[in-house]
Amino acid sequence: MAIIALHQVSKRYPGGFEALKAVSFSVEPGEMLFLTGHSGAGKTTLLKLIAAIERANGGTVLVNGQNVSSMRSGAIPYLRRNLGLVFQGQKLLYDRSVFDNVMLPLIVTGQPYREAARRARAALDKVGLLTREKANPVTLSGGEQQRLCVARAVVNRPAILLADEPTASLDSAYADEIMEMFNAFHQVGVTVLVATHDQQLIGKYRKRVLALDHGRLQ
Amino acid sequence: MRVWLQHHRLSLAQTTARLARSPLATTLNVLAIGVALALPFGVYCLLANLESLSRKVSVDPQLTVFLARDAGRADVATVEGRLKSARGVRSVRFISRDAALADLGHAGGMDEVIASLPQNPLPDAFVVTLSTSDPALADRLELEFKNLPKVAFVQADSAWVRRLDALLRLGRTGVVLLAGLLAIALVAVTFNTIRLQILTQREEIELCRLIGATHAYIRRPFLHLGSLLGLLGGFAALAIVAAGLAFLNRDLATLAQLYGTDFRLSLPSPREMGSVLGAAAALGWLGAYLSVSRHLLEVGRK
Repeated sequence: MAIIALHQVSKRYPGGFEALKAVSFSVEPGEMLFLTGHSGAGKTTLLKLIAAIERANGGTVLVNGQNVSSMRSGAIPYLRRNLGLVFQGQKLLYDRSVFDNVMLPLIVTGQPYREAARRARAALDKVGLLTREKANPVTLSGGEQQRLCVARAVVNRPAILLADEPTASLDSAYADEIMEMFNAFHQVGVTVLVATHDQQLIGKYRKRVLALDHGRLQ
Repeated sequence: MRVWLQHHRLSLAQTTARLARSPLATTLNVLAIGVALALPFGVYCLLANLESLSRKVSVDPQLTVFLARDAGRADVATVEGRLKSARGVRSVRFISRDAALADLGHAGGMDEVIASLPQNPLPDAFVVTLSTSDPALADRLELEFKNLPKVAFVQADSAWVRRLDALLRLGRTGVVLLAGLLAIALVAVTFNTIRLQILTQREEIELCRLIGATHAYIRRPFLHLGSLLGLLGGFAALAIVAAGLAFLNRDLATLAQLYGTDFRLSLPSPREMGSVLGAAAALGWLGAYLSVSRHLLEVGRK
């Protein structure tokens, strides 16, 4: 069974802008795929529908067999705990350390502190930031900050990883580094969906590509 | 359960740290809440003191039964028997007309006037002490005694006490109204304080929602903050009231001395103080709850 399945999904924003028009596709568990398209094509909107940050106006969005577009709001937190999100705007908290940023998803989901600390350090180790755990995220370079975001997204061991333009502001060496991390998670069975407009990066991996054009899937 | 406790502990630690980080703003908020609470609580304390004073004064509710001037010894005995057997009477004291006249002479210094009278103008009288200060009992007995043979007039000594009682009741209603209004003010103060706090933590809240925080998790630290603010405000109110009573007592001591009593305003009981603190914390909690719920509704609608 598909882990993500969209059927005839449309999204119209107040004001009449149609971000998505009759989009249908499905993703198998453990698959890695790219979502591409020009800016404003609807990539971010699509990811937001999957994470229940936005609601579809029509069609169904199934994640793990649950219809996200008609989910009651009390169930949404539990859906999101199964997703690792790497946001476009990073959304790091600068009033606390690198370590505490990675701890947050574990605290929110109520992991016992010691177990959580162990997992946070493991995640930081995976992205090569273990030596910086006490630093404030402000002091990290752009690439390091993005790696921190990845660590925060995977620390809860989600089944699905959604990344929105994770390499947008990085030079190609850093971008490759991030992509390799996603690939590594894919290798261990995580479903990975990366939205990017970087065709060069997409070309390096032989993965399925979903191309959006003005809200329609090509 | 352990998770829940851990959440509470972390949230409380965060909350206290947050309050300590902005001591001036915290102090002002606490004072605003304290003053709002101190007003109704202070008036309540004054009323409670007045009430206990009025109770002290009217411990021995009395009726004075005056007999008709032509009442003979036999009539006096009959009336005395009836008075003593009436229900709700504790004791009956007879004051003969001669004794009353002599008393008047001693107390009033009117010996000469009295000596010039052709005859004693005073009637025989009974002072009846009632067993309880229930106004209904006094009314019933007054009516009953008035209808006894040879009784000319019954005077209730409790009329002014009853008037004071009515005034106090009016005061108590006023306190309830005042408390209600200021409770709303307290909720409004915490609502706004928490709202400001929410706005400064907007990003953290948004992020927590995105990584699967429930509404309960997001609310928790703010509910702690609201209750804590309310509680501190409650302590401030107690301090204000205690200081106010101490000031009043100093002036009152002179006045009481002039009247030859040792009346002083007493502090509220520990139970009353406890309920003020409890109410303050609960109202702070309510303000915080409303504030966070409003914010969650706003961001949820997007």
